[in-house]
Amino acid sequence: MAAARKIAVRGLRKSFGPKLVLDGVDLDVHVGESLVVIGGSGTGKSVLVKCILGLLEPDGGSVKIDGAETLTLRGSEREAAMRKFGMLFQGAALFDSLSVWENVAFGLIQGRGMERRHAKDIAIEKLGNVGLGPEVGELRPSELSGGMQKRVALARAIAAEPEIIIFDEPTTGLDPIMADVINELIVKCVHDLGATAISITHDMVSTRKIADRVAMIHRGKIIWNGGAGELEHSGNPFVDQFVHGRAEGPIKMEVRAL
Amino acid sequence: MLSFLASVGRVFLGFLVAAGRFSLFTISAVTHCVRPPIYVRLILRQIVDIGYYSLPVVGLTAIFTGMVLALQTNTGFARFAAQGAVATVVLLSMTRELGPVIAALMVAGRIGAAIAAEVGTMRVTDQIDALSTLSTNPFKYLVVPRIIAGVATLPALVLVADVIGVFGGFLVSTYKLGFNAGGYLGQTADNLRSEDVYSGLIKAAVFGFIVTVMGCYFGYNSRGGAQGVGAATTYAVVSASILVLLVDYLLTSVLF
Repeated sequence: MAAARKIAVRGLRKSFGPKLVLDGVDLDVHVGESLVVIGGSGTGKSVLVKCILGLLEPDGGSVKIDGAETLTLRGSEREAAMRKFGMLFQGAALFDSLSVWENVAFGLIQGRGMERRHAKDIAIEKLGNVGLGPEVGELRPSELSGGMQKRVALARAIAAEPEIIIFDEPTTGLDPIMADVINELIVKCVHDLGATAISITHDMVSTRKIADRVAMIHRGKIIWNGGAGELEHSGNPFVDQFVHGRAEGPIKMEVRAL
Repeated sequence: MLSFLASVGRVFLGFLVAAGRFSLFTISAVTHCVRPPIYVRLILRQIVDIGYYSLPVVGLTAIFTGMVLALQTNTGFARFAAQGAVATVVLLSMTRELGPVIAALMVAGRIGAAIAAEVGTMRVTDQIDALSTLSTNPFKYLVVPRIIAGVATLPALVLVADVIGVFGGFLVSTYKLGFNAGGYLGQTADNLRSEDVYSGLIKAAVFGFIVTVMGCYFGYNSRGGAQGVGAATTYAVVSASILVLLVDYLLTSVLF
C-alpha cells in the first residue's frame, strides 16, 4: 500500500513583479519519503520551499500538510503548523548573538517553552548526533568553520524532532569530503527520526545519496519526477542535460554580456 | 510632458506604497506589543543597550548644550538688560525642547543605526526566516522588545539630560558669567514646573517609539546583502531624525 501524502502542493504560483517564478507547481511528498528537488539557479527551488513553509505568500494554489490547508493559517495556528517543520538553511542562518547550544535549543526554549537546562541537555545530545562534542556548544557561530556551521544548523533542524525536514542547498560551499559527511548525516538523521524530507540542490552527488525520489523544476514548473534510480534513464532531455552537466541541450542559460 | 507626468505619478504611487507598508508594519508592531508572549529577558537586555550604554553620549551632549545655551542667552539678553532670565530660559529650553530632542537624535544615531544594522543583517542572512521555522514570531522576538525598551528608556534618558543640561548652564553662568550660584539655583527651583518636565517626558516616549520603529522597519525590510543593510541603516537614522523634529513641532503645538 502506498504511503499517505504528507505534503500536497497544487497549482502553486508566485511572481515577483513581472517575473513569474512558480507557474502552477504540483508536487506530492509521501510520509517518510526523501524528495530532492533539482534545478538550475533561479528556477524557483528556494521560492517553492519558502512557499511551503509559509515564509513567502504565494499568489495562488494550495499547500496541504497532512491533508490540512496551510496557506490560510495565521498567527498561533501558523506557529503550531511550523512545529512540524525543521529547516536547514543554505547559509546555516545561525543566530550570531547566541552560543552554539542556544542556537540548537532555540526552538525548544522559545518555540515550545522548555526549561533551559533540559533544552541544553537535548542540544548537547543533538550536537553529538552530528559529530560535534559538548565543548562546541559553548562557542559562538562565528568561531566555527563552514562545515561545522552546517552541522550545527542540522542539529538545530532536528532538535525538536520534526515530522518534516527541509534542506536548502545543504552541501553548497563545502569541500567534497565535508559535503559527503553532511549527506551521510542527513540520511542518518532523516532515517532515525522517520521524518519526511525535502531537499533542494543542484549537487547531483548529494541528490544520488539522499534521494528516494527526485523532482526537477524548470521555469517554475515540475517537468519531471521519478524514483532516484530512474534519474540516469529518465528519457527527459532537460533532466539528462542537468544530470550530466552538459552546456548543450534544451536548457539555455541566460548569459548577459559584460 | 506625458512621460514627466508618468514619472511624477510613479514617484507618488511609490510614496503611497511605502507609506502603506510602514503603516501596516507599525500597526502590527503595536498590536504585538500588547499580546503575549512578551520576552521580558530580551526587553531588559534592550533597556541596558538603549538606556545604560547611551548615557555617556546623551550626558555629554546635554551638558554642552546647556553650557552653550547659557552663553548665547546671556549674550542675547544682555542687549535688553535681561540676563536675570538666563536660568529660566536654560531650564525651560532643556526640559521642554532640547533635552528630548537632543537625546532622541543621539539615540537615533546610536541605537536606530544599530537596530537597523542588526535586524537587517538577520534578514539578509535568513536568520529572520529561521526564527519563523523555529516557531518563534520574529515580530515578537525582534521588534517588540526594542520598541518597548525604547519607549520606556528614552524618558529616563531625557530626565538625566534635563538635569545635566541645567547643570551645564549653571556651571557656565556661575563660573564664566559671574552669576550668583545661590540665586541661579533659586531661580531655577522657582521656575521649575512639573508640566514642563512631563511634556518633555511624553515627547521622549514618542521619540523612543519613532527611533526604534524606524530602525526595526528598515532593518526588517532590508534586501540585497551588505549594501542593502548599509542603505537600511542610513534610511533608519535619517528618517528617524526628520520624524523626531516633525513630531516635536506637532507635539509642542498640542501640548502648549
